[in-house]
Amino acid sequence: MTAIAETLTIDHRRCDDIFADAEAAVAKSDWQHGDPVFKEFSQALEHHFEMEESVLFPGFEERTGQTMGPTQMMRQEHIQMRALLGEMGQAVALRDRERYLGLAETLMMIMQQHNMKEEQILYRMIDQAFGDEALGLVERMREI
Amino acid sequence: MLSTANLSLEQAPPISIPLRFFLSAPLFGLAAGLLLLLGGGEVFASRWSAPALALTHLLTLGVLAMVMCGAMLQMLPVVAGSPVPRVVLSGGLVHLLLLVGVPALAGAFLTGDALWMAAALLALGAAFTLFVLVVGIALWRVTLPSHTVGGMRAALAALLVTLCIGGYLAGGMVGAWGVADPLLWTGLHLNWGLLGWVGLLLVGVSYQVLPMFQVTPEYPLWMRRFWAGGGFVCLSLWLLLGLAAERVGLPAWLPGLPLWLLGLGYLLFFVVTLRLLARRRRRILNPSLLFWYLGIALAVAALLLFAGGGWLPDAASATGSPLLMGVLLLGSALSFVNGMLYRIVPFLSWFHLQHRQLALLNMSVILPNMKELLPDRWANLQFYAYLAAVFAALPAPFAPESVSRLCGLLVCLSFLLLLSNLLRVAVRYRATLARLHAPIPS
Repeated sequence: MTAIAETLTIDHRRCDDIFADAEAAVAKSDWQHGDPVFKEFSQALEHHFEMEESVLFPGFEERTGQTMGPTQMMRQEHIQMRALLGEMGQAVALRDRERYLGLAETLMMIMQQHNMKEEQILYRMIDQAFGDEALGLVERMREI
Repeated sequence: MLSTANLSLEQAPPISIPLRFFLSAPLFGLAAGLLLLLGGGEVFASRWSAPALALTHLLTLGVLAMVMCGAMLQMLPVVAGSPVPRVVLSGGLVHLLLLVGVPALAGAFLTGDALWMAAALLALGAAFTLFVLVVGIALWRVTLPSHTVGGMRAALAALLVTLCIGGYLAGGMVGAWGVADPLLWTGLHLNWGLLGWVGLLLVGVSYQVLPMFQVTPEYPLWMRRFWAGGGFVCLSLWLLLGLAAERVGLPAWLPGLPLWLLGLGYLLFFVVTLRLLARRRRRILNPSLLFWYLGIALAVAALLLFAGGGWLPDAASATGSPLLMGVLLLGSALSFVNGMLYRIVPFLSWFHLQHRQLALLNMSVILPNMKELLPDRWANLQFYAYLAAVFAALPAPFAPESVSRLCGLLVCLSFLLLLSNLLRVAVRYRATLARLHAPIPS
């Protein structure tokens, strides 16, 4: 009954770890390390969004008929985070340390409050809605 | 059966609701500083002095409760998925009543006037009854409560107990009824307030925010599961044993035992917190983290003073020691709250701006990020002013005449800087919002 929450929470933490590495490198102005690690973070986050947007959310919406509910709110926040990621990419390209750190702090806040809502509420709802079939959903997300 | 009726992620209150609480709080801190500046040594003469009581409540209700209430109204939809019912109306009313009630209470202590006290009791009673009611509804509606929600429930219950005892004491002060043992009841009041309401909320919220925002390992499961409830049980046992000791003969050590257990529990919590922070993946030291470390240091010092209280010289423990304990506990709580403001105010401002931007599709405006809304150097400056105020307050209980005014000056400075930092964010928020709404140049 917790397959989805567990899988995606672990993925959240994986993104957090890469985020912290990139931030630490940029803080030291170590762009040689910071640049590729930021790209790795960006890909990890985008992959996470992709799993949710193409498998998890549509599955939940289909099962419950709620298309304008919590999943819509989560999609909206994905858009907000993608915008920040884009700005961070520019800051990396320009080697603008201050701007990157300001954006990183901001992304961290929106990312974590977003994760809280998913981990505390949405994933639990989805696990509940799918019951034993949750594992199948996890398999489909793994294929992405 | 899937219960989604009360699960909503989009019912965060409008930004004006939390911000009005956060922007009001420094004003009461400033008032406390002025009182210290004008009152001088008299404030620290004794914990029972009128200015000491006024000062304490300006800080506990005007600053701490003001920020904590605003933050809870804001955070409940995020951390519990349960919005506060009628949040605009209830939040607006709670804020207004606090704005009236806190100065009335400070005035009541300073003048000893029963009319002021009655006004304060009415306003504050209404404010907190409403707050406990609406937040209680939101918290007890949660169908799958997390450990953080558990901590919040315990904290809210402790707030209720604190208020009832406070009301009982206030009634005694104006002669509505007799309070048999004011020393006992005052101790109960302040411990339920600081170790209950403030401390349990801190613990409950830490479970969630510390690992997430600093990227640390989780708090141990046993701690998350049992700490907040255990803390509440300790406080309850202490209350019951304290009252029972008045009536039946109990061994002298027994009534204080639950408080010792609670103190040990807090010590354990802070040790675990420091260990988690030492293992944090985000190595950058930001202003909020500085406030966290200061808050932990002062709380641990308070616990050590509590443990070592019996060995202090008699002269000191008669007046100075309880006052020092008050300085440490209040200094600690204010530090946590101050640090949190530097996270939540710039973030909320940015979040609402970006939300507007995406709704308006006006991408020509570049939004200021959190650190552009509030540069770290300004927050750091205020941290050092606050640190200086704490250092000036530490010797004040033992040498009130020599340092009280200096301490008052530094408290004023610290809260003025906090106010100006928060206003700076609010001004930039408004300016950016106006630019977002301006016609897009073609």
